[in-house]
Amino acid sequence: MLYDEKIKLLEQKANDIRMSVIDALLAAGSGHTAGPLGMADIFSALYFHLLKHDPKRPDWTDRDRLVLSNGHICPVLYAAMAHAGYFPVEELKTLRHFSSRLQGHPHREWLPMVETSSGPLGSGLSQAVGMALAERIDHGRSSDKFFYCLLGDGELDEGQNWEAIMLGGREKLHNLIAIIDRNNIQIDGFTEDVMPLESLADKWRSFNWHVQEIDGHSFEAIDEAVSQAKAVFSQPSVIIAHTIPGKGVHEFERKYEWHGKPPTKEEGELALKELRSLGGKIKGEHE
Amino acid sequence: MLVESQKLNPKLLKLDVEQVPIRKGFGEGLLGAGEKDERIVGLCADLTESTQMHLFARKFPQRFIQMGVAEQNLASVASGMAAMGKIPFLTSYAMFSPGRNWEQIRTTICYNDRNVKIVGSHAGVSVGPDGGTHQAIEDIAITRVIPRLAVVVPCDAIEAKKATWQIARWTGPAYLRLAREKSPVVTTEESFFEIGKANILREPAKPRAAIIACGQMVYNALITANDLAATGIEVTVVNLHTIKPLDAETILGVAAKCEAIVTVEEHQKRGGMGSAVAELLVENYPVPMELIGVDDLFGQSGTPQELIEHYGLGVNHIRQAVQRVIARKR
Repeated sequence: MLYDEKIKLLEQKANDIRMSVIDALLAAGSGHTAGPLGMADIFSALYFHLLKHDPKRPDWTDRDRLVLSNGHICPVLYAAMAHAGYFPVEELKTLRHFSSRLQGHPHREWLPMVETSSGPLGSGLSQAVGMALAERIDHGRSSDKFFYCLLGDGELDEGQNWEAIMLGGREKLHNLIAIIDRNNIQIDGFTEDVMPLESLADKWRSFNWHVQEIDGHSFEAIDEAVSQAKAVFSQPSVIIAHTIPGKGVHEFERKYEWHGKPPTKEEGELALKELRSLGGKIKGEHE
Repeated sequence: MLVESQKLNPKLLKLDVEQVPIRKGFGEGLLGAGEKDERIVGLCADLTESTQMHLFARKFPQRFIQMGVAEQNLASVASGMAAMGKIPFLTSYAMFSPGRNWEQIRTTICYNDRNVKIVGSHAGVSVGPDGGTHQAIEDIAITRVIPRLAVVVPCDAIEAKKATWQIARWTGPAYLRLAREKSPVVTTEESFFEIGKANILREPAKPRAAIIACGQMVYNALITANDLAATGIEVTVVNLHTIKPLDAETILGVAAKCEAIVTVEEHQKRGGMGSAVAELLVENYPVPMELIGVDDLFGQSGTPQELIEHYGLGVNHIRQAVQRVIARKR
């Protein structure tokens, strides 16, 4: 259960993350806009509530692991990490610049606080399955470590995911939690036009996964779904989080055209203005 | 003329030389490595017996993951296990791993610098009857271009066993290439083996050329050298079991002494071990070269011997290449 105060904090952090995403994209001049804005609430929930982690000790052995499979939404990962204290928020403005730690797609050697390098789609869930398998070999079922894998919905076109889903289900990896950003868009269009995915929940269920569908912008729903996933003992869990791509900026919302491009300076300024005044209720660090 | 300190198989040049599949040495090596280091885990894409991983799987069922026929998942799951401190060995046919899952190996294993060992069995045309779809003759080319990835091609079962032990202790990603069929045992348990150090197996006082070979072609190279010696042509023979990191010192030394080089591999002529040697020489000490390998063709069904002859990898082909390269010396 989340207290109102906590929800307020998470909302504020999500707003900070969104503004930082815009800042970073403006500085980079390239990158993806819709996915990072749509996932800001989930990243806020993860980094400020759900994850067992310590920004001061990124290599703490007992930390939960977060694998970002769809590496192109990394501005939201970087922004969440910066606001959580992994590195200075100011550094976000080096996104995609030469010699920056914030590579265009995350690289674990450039920024050792990210668990794995990603970008090419479809291989993150396999890596998370491997991590959970290794954990089970070492600690059996007594482990209280959780392995989160964030995936895009368009990414599920990659067949390798289904290899990993099959293995995860067979192995009953109870400490594995996949979260799908179900925002219905990919670069070339809406997912159901490019490559239909429905009925998505049934597909995962038939591979022996525990399936939940939630509103990916509701902190109560995110929190409740992760709690349930942790309580499932004989299956891995998938949370299909329905999100609005571009969420928070009216001009960007629900348009697949914003999947893979950054805002211009003018568009970015307007976006920041809108985020600053969001509902008039959230005062972020940005002000 | 054989280098004594290499302690090669005394029956090497005899008709009754022992014949053992190279992959068998891997199976035994992995079992031994697994006993010494419990971080080692085995993953296999439904070919446990073919790749000889069954020995490890039987002994350490808790540390073995049956992956099913899913090579892309195979590579990336191994990467995830390595992220948690395991030393994964993953096996399949070379055609599928590193063939089908090349990008997963490049990104999730090598770009991430994960300590994963990729083992590709059934490499080369000598796989035989299964035909061209199953004959990996491009795998050295596609692995050696990936930064960080070590590439090791043992010449016999004993060397494969030692290579497996050393790869287990080698920090970083590595690819181990194995052949299917029984092949002559060239070395002994006492022979020197170290990843990254080429072995000079035969070294006459006044060599006219050198044959540099890898895998089971090392045996063909030695037989060729022996035949040539009978006609008065002395050649050096090098077992270049590690394609990467390449032993530049030994190769350049041999090139300076012999001034002519023939490379022999059961692989495409372009992009493989011969190309690695050629790249080194052309930048440092160019000498006339002949490359023996499959010349831009796919394989087909046949017996291993038929295929070795058809694709120009036999003893006669090597001998003719040596004669050609000597004729090209200045």
